[in-house]
Amino acid sequence: MALDKNGIAQRIAQELKDGYYVNLGIGIPTLVANYIPNHIAVEFQSENGVLGMGPFPFEGEEDADIINAGKQTITTLEGASFFDSATSFAMIRGKHVDLTILGAMEVSQTGDIANWKIPGKMVKGMGGAMDLVASAENIVVAMMHTNRAGVSKLLKKCSLPLTGVGCVKKIVTELAVMDVGPTGFILREIAPGVSIYEVIKVTAGDIHVAEDVCVMSF
Amino acid sequence: MINKTVSTVSEALTGIEDGMTLMLGGFGLCGIPEKAITELVRLQLTQLTCISNNAGVDAFGLGLLLQQKQIKKMIASYVGENAEFERQMLSGEMEVELIPQGTLAERARAAQAGFPAFYTPAGYGTEVAEGKEVREFNGKMHVLEQAFDADFALIKAWKGDEAGNLIFKGTARNFNPNMCGAAKITVVEVEELVSAGSLDPNQIHVPGIFVQRIFQGTDYEKRIEQRTVRSKS
Repeated sequence: MALDKNGIAQRIAQELKDGYYVNLGIGIPTLVANYIPNHIAVEFQSENGVLGMGPFPFEGEEDADIINAGKQTITTLEGASFFDSATSFAMIRGKHVDLTILGAMEVSQTGDIANWKIPGKMVKGMGGAMDLVASAENIVVAMMHTNRAGVSKLLKKCSLPLTGVGCVKKIVTELAVMDVGPTGFILREIAPGVSIYEVIKVTAGDIHVAEDVCVMSF
Repeated sequence: MINKTVSTVSEALTGIEDGMTLMLGGFGLCGIPEKAITELVRLQLTQLTCISNNAGVDAFGLGLLLQQKQIKKMIASYVGENAEFERQMLSGEMEVELIPQGTLAERARAAQAGFPAFYTPAGYGTEVAEGKEVREFNGKMHVLEQAFDADFALIKAWKGDEAGNLIFKGTARNFNPNMCGAAKITVVEVEELVSAGSLDPNQIHVPGIFVQRIFQGTDYEKRIEQRTVRSKS
């Protein structure tokens, strides 16, 4: 059976390594913070200027001056720090952040990503996404395999305005874990109960099945 | 000590005119110069170019200026959560330039630090890079971005002293320190204005040299955009 959003987040959490500084985008990526393996230490960076982000505050303890990039009230953990936006993007552009997890509307088989604009329909802006994808060396995209109309979001070439070029390395959806390879997507893992055929059917870009393809384990 | 204090917001905004370019601190509604924005509405200034990460919500922050159609052009990185903004943008009433958030911060910092322009990898290969000079460094393509050129920077800090030294709180810091000194005149509003010598020089986030005018605001609303909490049970 396909994973739900929490399942996707739980699988991505397996990409976290001890000592990582991690930037989580809005949506499914935010949920990754709920599944940090017990034996490792990671710190979450939010590009509006906090490192060491903690859980949501208890009711009545929220502080308007302490929010994340999704404008949600948050708390900080021991060892946290606040900083200005230029410093925040120095961490990102300067490759001090080890892992970036973000959502996408489309990903191409060459690692292009589109997630900020649908011409004529939706223009919210890129926020920090263009800076993140242009500099991060370790980018994982968390998204559903198809859009609401059932159309594949994994394409030969993106149709929407790009956020970044050739930057995505790994994609985790409700159906599969895929890498971006030299000649197309490489299917590495399938969700429990999902067949390889099902994944191929909803992947519009070229897809190769890895020799050691396996079922995701949790 | 060079005293930067003014007593009212109207005194602080002396010289601000129609058609000027303003830079405003804040991320969402966090750390926005509430008092200066209210004064801009009262002054009924028009044809403004506003540089700010976001454009407020419908009835708060820069959304108040949008309602009065005071903004001619908006330079921002993210403008969701604002129906009036979307309407004015799609109808062509307002010009909008969307730029990457790190580029926005750095264009302010470059203006503050005296750099005319800088190269960044952000936006290469996207519509953000269209018409801009690009150049390869160490095998990677970069886009040339220019420093902002603004008339006023409107800043919100937590504490400040008479000399214009500033301390920020939490994530209300955001773009505020980068915009200080990045415009011809920097106006700062603080929740608490103290005498020179009351703040520890070791703890100052922005030195007073970047600030021309400082005043204390009252009754900050500090509206929360997304109140998210967990239960104690």
